[in-house]
Order: sequence, then structure tokens, then C-alpha cells
Amino acid sequence: MTWPIELVLYVVLVLTALASLEVKNLLAASVTLTAFSFVCALLMLSVGAVDVAFTEAVVGAGLVGVFYIVAIFRTTRRSAD
Amino acid sequence: MRETSRSLVVVLAARGLAPVIQLFALYVVFHGHYSPGGGFQGGVLLAAAFVLVRLAGGYETGRHQITRRAGPLLGAAGVLLFAAVGAAAFLTGGNLLDHGRVPVPGFAPAELRSVMILVIEVGVAIAVAAVLTAIYDELLGSEDDD
Repeated sequence: MTWPIELVLYVVLVLTALASLEVKNLLAASVTLTAFSFVCALLMLSVGAVDVAFTEAVVGAGLVGVFYIVAIFRTTRRSAD
Repeated sequence: MRETSRSLVVVLAARGLAPVIQLFALYVVFHGHYSPGGGFQGGVLLAAAFVLVRLAGGYETGRHQITRRAGPLLGAAGVLLFAAVGAAAFLTGGNLLDHGRVPVPGFAPAELRSVMILVIEVGVAIAVAAVLTAIYDELLGSEDDD
């Protein structure tokens, strides 16, 4: 009986994805993309793929966020459009 | 990122967290056979610890763990370790990565397979950690190129 938790996770997943697409501040976009990755890892955990969830949490929510922030640090912080 | 952070909170948090992350990375690598984890995840965790130290303390602190020059070299060394373990079975008459046939005295074939898979995991972990740290270094660029 974990479907209420999964429903909440799916809603949060869509919300973080839309937020990272819509927000103009690139730092905020990378942070919401990290949150998306973490919720994605929790969903993979809920369907039993522990190894995939571990990889997603470590790579997506851990290291790639740092790489995005370093890339923003090397360029400008706001998107041009 | 390039020099030591001025915030005491950042420096102390990195100093406290980095050893714990590194120890957990070693746990993940060495228990990869029979629990979630393995070479790739452990290597990424190890790289996360290195990058955390570089974020808080700058390159001057981080180079005591792994230098800028050592990144690609260690990456190549990890891949070569993987290839050498695979070729050990290949050269002694078996299929690639079929370690039960390698004539090492004192090991039963099943034990030998387990130990060789552990060596492969260590090679993968070294390669992934070194290459991801090298990607961070290259992204940040050197002191004089901007």
C-alpha cells in the first residue's frame, strides 16, 4: 500500500521538471533539476530497482549538480531569452 | 572554488563530511557483489568527496588527495586494470573474464571468480573517481586561461 506516496512523488516529479524548465535563473534551474533527479531516484526505489536508484541518486543528485553549477560559474547566471 | 572558501561553515562541513563519504564509498565498492552498489557507484561517491574538498578548500587543498595531472593517468590505470584482469583469463586458455580457469595456487575456482570480480570493481572505481575529478578540474579551468 505505497500508492499514495508514489502519487505524491509523481506529482512532485512533474512539478520539479516544469520548474526547472520554466525558471529563468540558471542556478535555480540546476537546483530544481537536482531535486527532480532525487525524486526520480525515490520512484525507482519504490519499484524495486535499488541499484538504479542508487546510481541516479549519486550521479544525478550528487555530482552532476556540482558540474552544472561550475558551468554556470564559468558563464553567466541568467538565460538570454 | 579556486581558493579556500571564506565561510567557516562551508570549510568545517566539508572537513567533517568528506572522510565519511570516502569511507562509505569504500564500503559500496567492496560490498558491490552482494548488495546494491559496485565499482561505478563507489567511484562516483569517491569523486563526490574529492570534488567537495575542492569546492570548499580550493585546488591547493584538493591536490593533496588527487592532483590535476593524476586524473587522466589514474583513469587509464583503472581501465588497464580491468583489461588486465579480463586478459588474464583470456591468455590462460579460457574465455574473456572466465576467471575460474586462471591457475592461481591456493584458490578454488569459485573463490578466484569472487576475488577477480573485486579487482575489476576496484579498477572501475579508480577510473570513475579519477575521470570525474578530472572533468571537474577541466570545467573549472586553470588559473591563467580566463
